[in-house]
Amino acid sequence: MGLNFDFIVKYLPWYVDAAILTVRVAFLGILFSLVVGIICSAVQYYHIPVIRTIVSVYIEISRNTPLLVQLFFLYFGLPKIGILLSAETCAVVGLTFLGGSYMSESIRSGLESVEKSQIESAASLGMGKVLTMKEVIFPQALAVSVPGICANVIFLIKETSVVSGIALADLMYVANDLIGLYYETDETLIMLVLFYLIILLPISAFASFIERRLRYAGFGN
Amino acid sequence: MEERIQLKVKGLVKRFGSETVLDGIDLDVHKGEVVVVLGPSGCGKSTLLRCMNGLESLSEGNIFLDGEEVSSSGKKITMLRQKIGMVFQSYDLFPHKNIMDNITLAPVKVQKRPKKDVESQAEKLLKRVGLWEKRKSYPRELSGGQKQRVAIIRALCMNPEVMLFDEVTAALDPEMVREVLDVMLELADGGMTMVIVTHEMQFARAIADRVIFLDGGNIVEDLPPEEFFTAPKTQRAKDFLQTFAYEKRRTDTN
Repeated sequence: MGLNFDFIVKYLPWYVDAAILTVRVAFLGILFSLVVGIICSAVQYYHIPVIRTIVSVYIEISRNTPLLVQLFFLYFGLPKIGILLSAETCAVVGLTFLGGSYMSESIRSGLESVEKSQIESAASLGMGKVLTMKEVIFPQALAVSVPGICANVIFLIKETSVVSGIALADLMYVANDLIGLYYETDETLIMLVLFYLIILLPISAFASFIERRLRYAGFGN
Repeated sequence: MEERIQLKVKGLVKRFGSETVLDGIDLDVHKGEVVVVLGPSGCGKSTLLRCMNGLESLSEGNIFLDGEEVSSSGKKITMLRQKIGMVFQSYDLFPHKNIMDNITLAPVKVQKRPKKDVESQAEKLLKRVGLWEKRKSYPRELSGGQKQRVAIIRALCMNPEVMLFDEVTAALDPEMVREVLDVMLELADGGMTMVIVTHEMQFARAIADRVIFLDGGNIVEDLPPEEFFTAPKTQRAKDFLQTFAYEKRRTDTN
């Protein structure tokens, strides 16, 4: 199989642009997912009435509908009630809607893994709720949550490939485009795989580094 | 021992659902007094201590510290807990903080004391129990007995007026029990007001000014230790003490 390197060089800038867009959407989506996740997990952890029910409903809807469907809803559905969002905004909002629930569940499992006796021990030292969360619960919860959060980050980056479905020129979209235009399938797909690996491998390596560090820290008594 | 009542428990009732665990406890603990609470398991000893520190809400009754009533909610309870130190069976050091940080966390963040002051106080105490060289270690690197001594120091660095000890040697290997009990004995000698729940009978006898025997959610004996261990008034206390006297039983039956 002879690869057409002229083709690869010629369209490399397309991939670079697309990769930048993919990373931008992923970064913003993951950042907001974490914010949503922290808020939702806190609501559930502290059993805040009413809001807790709303959060549960959100988590179930978010986890049990495909991202593409969520994006279609945002991109094609919302304009019908007068809300017009750009494709990129839809992508970030959609990714946040999906990622928020996954992050929430990861963080919540960490929070709930902190033993009640730790909280009582803090209370017996006169520590208030906020201080206990900051100094005692959160650091221990984080150690448990991080592997889950890392897995979510990688999952969400891969999920960005779906945004091509709402005409956003990410890596997947560019690859589809090039195949449609020039029919150089081998080159196009190899480039696609390579670019995803370039984005994801360092993140994966970083994630396992962090997880190893946390395991060595071995918080358990 | 002064006559001032430091901690007063009045008509304390604690129910868990339909079960009454504490059924009208009245108890005065004077300044500098060491009260040991004994009783069969499930008699409510730990619950009594937990109520004194506001970890359990009271179903009925009141608790007063220095004559001031303590409600189980809001700011007052956080204030109270700074004056009442508590040590638990499972040590409950914070695993992600080293020994020194475990000790200084609450005094610095809650009482807003200068870190240097707390550290020099911690230094003195750690040296006294022979754990100064462990100040940078993490709790997982310490033995149970060492962890428990650190837990006691952590509570002491809040400068509490009363210390509560909830079966602090129950989870320790026998050879580590001693080192923890020695620290408590030294504290008692220093005039600390203490309420101790324990199963170490010899220790109870050595340290107590008063022994309280709890059964069925009530105080059924309240005696000086010598009297309690040699001539308890109630049959229930006699039965309880009998369960610890293995040797005696053996010679009796032979």
